[in-house]
Amino acid sequence: MAISHPAIWGAALAAVLLGAAAEAKTLTVSPGPDAQERVQTALLDAKPGDVVSLEAGTFAFTDGLSLDIDNVTVTGAGQGKTVLSFAGQKGAGEGLLITSDGVTVRDLTMQDSKGDGIKSKGADRISFVALTVEWTGGPKETNGAYGVYPVSSTNVLIDKVTVRGASDAGIYVGQSKNIIVRNSRAEFNVAGIEIENSTDADVFDNVATHNTGGILVFDLPGLPVMGGHSTRIFRNQVVDNDTPNFAPKGNIVANVPMGVGVMLMANRDVHVFENEISGNQTSAVMLVSYSRAFDDKAYNPLPRDIVVRDNRIGRNGWLPSLPGGKMLAQAMGGAVPPVLWDGITSYPGIEGPAPRLYVKDGPVLNLNLAKPGEVEGAKPTVTATLGTPGLPERAAVVLPGSQDKPAS
Amino acid sequence: MRRLAAVLAALLSLGAAPKPAPVSLDELLAETPAPTLDAYGLFTDAGARTPNAGLTPYALNTPLFTDYAEKSRFVFLPPGTRATYTPTGAFAFPVGATLVKTFAYPADLRRPKAPLRFIETRLLIHKPQGWVALTYVWNTEQTKAVLKRAGARVPVAVIDRRGQPLTIDYAVPNTNQCKECHSLSGELAPIGPKARNLNGDLAYGGKRENQLAHWTRTGLLVGAPAPRAAPRTAVWNDAREPLADRARAYLDGNCGHCHNPQGMASNSGLFLHLEETDPANQGIRRRPVAAGRGSGGLEFDIDPGSPETSILLHRMNSVEPGVMMPELSRTLVDEEGVALIANYLRSLPATR
Repeated sequence: MAISHPAIWGAALAAVLLGAAAEAKTLTVSPGPDAQERVQTALLDAKPGDVVSLEAGTFAFTDGLSLDIDNVTVTGAGQGKTVLSFAGQKGAGEGLLITSDGVTVRDLTMQDSKGDGIKSKGADRISFVALTVEWTGGPKETNGAYGVYPVSSTNVLIDKVTVRGASDAGIYVGQSKNIIVRNSRAEFNVAGIEIENSTDADVFDNVATHNTGGILVFDLPGLPVMGGHSTRIFRNQVVDNDTPNFAPKGNIVANVPMGVGVMLMANRDVHVFENEISGNQTSAVMLVSYSRAFDDKAYNPLPRDIVVRDNRIGRNGWLPSLPGGKMLAQAMGGAVPPVLWDGITSYPGIEGPAPRLYVKDGPVLNLNLAKPGEVEGAKPTVTATLGTPGLPERAAVVLPGSQDKPAS
Repeated sequence: MRRLAAVLAALLSLGAAPKPAPVSLDELLAETPAPTLDAYGLFTDAGARTPNAGLTPYALNTPLFTDYAEKSRFVFLPPGTRATYTPTGAFAFPVGATLVKTFAYPADLRRPKAPLRFIETRLLIHKPQGWVALTYVWNTEQTKAVLKRAGARVPVAVIDRRGQPLTIDYAVPNTNQCKECHSLSGELAPIGPKARNLNGDLAYGGKRENQLAHWTRTGLLVGAPAPRAAPRTAVWNDAREPLADRARAYLDGNCGHCHNPQGMASNSGLFLHLEETDPANQGIRRRPVAAGRGSGGLEFDIDPGSPETSILLHRMNSVEPGVMMPELSRTLVDEEGVALIANYLRSLPATR
């Protein structure tokens, strides 16, 4: 009897409606005083499925922000419209730190963080979409290291992101797995885009310009995740990378010579194809071994299973930023060949066959170094191409369906 | 007569004031945190100067430096429950266990025993689904502490240890920042109450006793061996202890909570917790990976024999975000800590 009572039905209906409303809500924050506390509170109050919406205008922060709730979207009103300024930041190692899964950050600009820009640590399904991360004073050693910085993360999407001014890498993916970097622009950084100690990455349809080096794929020793492999770099414009290296000494990228298009170091299974690579005064594509001392027995310092094919290679290599580079370019008729390989084929303690390389886009300058990094002892030779085709290419990276919806 | 009787009665009732209510386990375990600290009944007075029954003070052999703040620590366990000893890592605490830590300043840092201004009281509460971190910030009148989840900056004016006025831009962490340090494979966890940190004496009402022995004797802890058979962290500022032990203890307490394989800085590969034995992982001639400008133009985390060219010391010596380490918990340089680590780095053999 009571069940048929209209009030009870009304209450039940209200409960259902409230329940639905509780499933996903939008927490809107406007610019103005106390932005730090109001935005951080929203990032703490959000429940899985919620959207934290930052309205148009400039938010001035005094500390870093952080998010530790799964499945939250942080969105602004658009790049250049919602601006998060960290010029007055007094603490924390980055502007925004994300430590939860299923998070998307999109449609905003972040400026002048004291350390890194946006970092995710240990996050699964992390998406950075339509963001600008920049240091507004131009390239400076005192700028933060990384603009967009997923590390120890899985299923990483970086789409339509612009980073400028990072004193290490604009877009840096480290110790991560299953990665897409696309439709993005990296300029005036030391490294434009860097994939490091990571596995399964597709880097395509990006522009890397006016960096010291355009796109880097590295593997470094002594890290919890090592043995990076399987990266495809294709359909990118890697042009006019001409900013003098401004990385603080001690960092690995401080050794990147100015004017490198694509640089592969100590990584496995990297395919570089259908890119436009021009205007890089040192080299279009550099294949080099890790040249510093290391103790890690599990580490392989050689680039191997590398394919460089079908790129549109313009003018590069006219003044390599390497010891003797000028003489080398002059001796070779005004420019060194577009692909530069250090020629290291073995390393004490590393078992296995010589690294397999297939470079269709010659000619190739083989430095024939006796030891990694000993450029002074180079015995350069030039070949039209290197190796033979047939190295298998990994299938396209696929992200979980919920993560890679077409951008609205 | 009657008035006198009334006064007497009033006096008697004062004398027989009811015992304070016990710590509220319901409040500690409630889904929503209490808006003010007093709701938990952890202290019997509004100013939280007197701990309630069931709270036991504790201290760490080598604590984290927090801008010279004085810290008082208490552990609360629900009646009839105990923590279980483990030689490494924090003890296994029962649900309802609560760690209570108050950060406070004297007016003059040279007189730390003088009356203290409380800044914040932090709670780590062990709920059925895991640990939860909360912080309560004290008002100027010192009568009330209010939940602050998004962090805050509190200006604290003191006389520094040279006798000069100093305003500390004290940083109260936000809830996520609590977890940045208190993180073990992504889950919030206590840092301090490990066997080796508690293996030292503390004065209990004037009587000194080893904390592990005290916890065992009073039924807070089961499974602990005799203190001499338990691991022990050195006291960083006790000059009688070996330099290397003191330095490693300092690095453990100030860096090791992030710089360990399960911590926030696991990706750095630089591991400074006491259990790390590999010299390269400890930073000896280790090259930075993601230090950025934190490298200060230097090549190695620890350049043995040379504190001046060690990134680790450079970052301890900085107060600039993006450079300074630790990233949280301080706005000042710990000068004694820097001196200790500098001596330690100098003592390391320079040969490879």
